[in-house]
Amino acid sequence: MIAIVNYKAGNLTSVQLAFDHLKVPCEITSDPARILAADRVVFPGVGSAGAAMQSIRALGLDETLRTVVQKGMPFLGICLGTQIIFDSLEEDGGVQGLGIIPGTVRRFMPDNPRDKVPQIGWNTVTWSRPHPLFEGIAKGSEFYFVHSYYPAPASGAVILGETEYAGVRFASVVGLNNLAATQFHPEKSGRIGLRLLENFCRWKPI
Amino acid sequence: MLTKRIIPCLDVRDGKVTKGVRFQNNVELGDPVEMAAAYSAGGCDELVFYDITASTECRPIDIGLVQAVARAIHIPFAVGGGITGLDDMSRVLAAGAEKISVNSLAVKTPAIIAEGARAFGSQCIVLGMDPVRANDPVRFPSGYEVTIRGFREHTGLDALAWAIKSQDLGAGEIVVNSVDADGTRDGYEINLTRLIATRVRIPVVASGGAGKPEHLVQVFTEGCADAAIIASMTHTGEYTIRRIKDSLAAAGIPVRKKW
Repeated sequence: MIAIVNYKAGNLTSVQLAFDHLKVPCEITSDPARILAADRVVFPGVGSAGAAMQSIRALGLDETLRTVVQKGMPFLGICLGTQIIFDSLEEDGGVQGLGIIPGTVRRFMPDNPRDKVPQIGWNTVTWSRPHPLFEGIAKGSEFYFVHSYYPAPASGAVILGETEYAGVRFASVVGLNNLAATQFHPEKSGRIGLRLLENFCRWKPI
Repeated sequence: MLTKRIIPCLDVRDGKVTKGVRFQNNVELGDPVEMAAAYSAGGCDELVFYDITASTECRPIDIGLVQAVARAIHIPFAVGGGITGLDDMSRVLAAGAEKISVNSLAVKTPAIIAEGARAFGSQCIVLGMDPVRANDPVRFPSGYEVTIRGFREHTGLDALAWAIKSQDLGAGEIVVNSVDADGTRDGYEINLTRLIATRVRIPVVASGGAGKPEHLVQVFTEGCADAAIIASMTHTGEYTIRRIKDSLAAAGIPVRKKW
């Protein structure tokens, strides 16, 4: 069973439908016990970082998520979920994240007005190193992004994939042990995104 | 590199996809779920569904159809038409849509843009607008007036001023559908698209008039569009998404080529 963490940050239907398509049992839940009892945890989310962190704390999920990662359960962050695992976010005047991966989340500040913020659309992801999540996916494949802020990890060692936008080359996939996290939306990235989710379902972190 | 999006538009009436010219004389083209699946498999980057009669007939949006589409495709899609407020938005998003397009509702109640952006995030709120050429530089300095309800009603709003206002209210994206070009297949209204795309900070989607791949090349270069809506040219089978993307790539425009 995959637990899709519900912390009232955006719409989780498409994540659930992607796993339904893969015929992998999943449930949307904000219950810490259900999350800790799952085989794998997906931490999605869209919307405002400040409101999301408030909701996570109010639901007591900050400790739950840290425990999930410490226990070695396979963990996949998506979009805002990915941003929240860092130390701090520039959004909403500064938001403290879960601090699971050292680093910050910064706003795109394009010099060229043609680079719109948010970035909306399909952009290329270049794998920085091999990872079980990328199996069978061609390098330079495009994934669907929707975001105004991007992860800036403190150490390059956690970067699994990179993407260029608005004059920056940012970490669009990060990973550490049993944790992997994408800035893009695999659940909205068509066949290639479904393959990444399928790879996650099979992933056995060492 | 961020690629330019190609977005087929499915106008749905009585459960079938239809297409007209300048909002008139619609003909039936097929089943929306089947067409969505075929377009997704064919390499479109996103889809948009307009329940085109909902607004004028005061019917709620067809949620069952939204759910069926969400099960069939795993790429983003937007839904518009007949949205009456936050409850409708919430139902459409919960059914699996990525974005909601507001048009007539936003003109009548601009606060809905801000409320929607606050509740669901700006990325969910698309402002759709149907501008028509207007020869009244005092009232419409941009040269275009916003119309609503499928070109049935003029609003007195200048298209550029409304675009900027919607951005300031929190819209995440603007679809600029030229009434003059809609369904003509003579090319996008380049002047209108560029005017808005170069004056707002959010992505602008060009709509209306696509008839051949060169029109998309033109709207992405001269028109400065971030994405382009197509309908007739692929609905009829005359062109495929791949053929259009090959033309764009040959012109040096970044497109998604693997799907």
